[in-house]
Amino acid sequence: MVPLSYYLALSVALFFVGFTGFLIRRNLIMMFISIEIMLNSINISLIALSHYMQDIRGQILALFVIAIAGGAVAVGLIILILAYKNKPTLKLEDFNILREE
Amino acid sequence: MLAEVLFGYFAIVILFSGIAGITRKNLVHSLLWILLMFVHLGGVYLLLNAEFLAMVQIIVYAGAILVMFLFVVFLLNLKEEIKQSVFISSWQTRVYCSLLLLFFALAGAFTYKKNYSGNYTIELIERQGHTKTLGLAIFNDYLFPFLILGFILIVPLIGVGIVAIRRKTNGAA
Repeated sequence: MVPLSYYLALSVALFFVGFTGFLIRRNLIMMFISIEIMLNSINISLIALSHYMQDIRGQILALFVIAIAGGAVAVGLIILILAYKNKPTLKLEDFNILREE
Repeated sequence: MLAEVLFGYFAIVILFSGIAGITRKNLVHSLLWILLMFVHLGGVYLLLNAEFLAMVQIIVYAGAILVMFLFVVFLLNLKEEIKQSVFISSWQTRVYCSLLLLFFALAGAFTYKKNYSGNYTIELIERQGHTKTLGLAIFNDYLFPFLILGFILIVPLIGVGIVAIRRKTNGAA
């Protein structure tokens, strides 16, 4: 029986892997997949706590998180493709069309 | 004993492939490392007696979301993206701040104590089957959130339709 703290520590470590990826990557697609890594780490936390507390609600919330993440990825990739048609780049510094120069 | 060994294997592979995924220069290599990470996350869910969620994780995340990312990477012409630098200019400072936050969050994770116990015991879930338990809970107690979720998932569908129709009518725009 693995203790609950190990699962929570894995979740926290994976969350900070995704967080660091979001902060340091210059590429828009990689920042997006880092958000997915963070959502997955939260799912580990939810399912581990649901298992150890003997309550099913955490797993239902994890299922909802997976569904909403799928919708968010679809919308984000549409926006990314449309922005790429405007200006063919994925660098973060080049997305400055809303900035007043 | 077997559970500890499996958990150690899954945790090491998840962390290694996550770190490898956010540091590769090539986008396709990154996405394949992260695909490995998603499959091993399904293994962690199996250790926690959540078989249905493990299957959903592998089908939805590894089979749909990551394939969507790969399609976008293949559709865009990223030959010159690979030649550019991977990280932003002052990335070391951000990594140090992130490691500091990780230290405090790990301290929080190891001091957690369980103070609540529900009535869905492991024995009940094994007798009834995980999928049946989850389905009964969703469709009896959480039916309205489930319907709201379906309503939310219509929105990306409509967005994709609008984008596709507008591209077709504008021609080469």
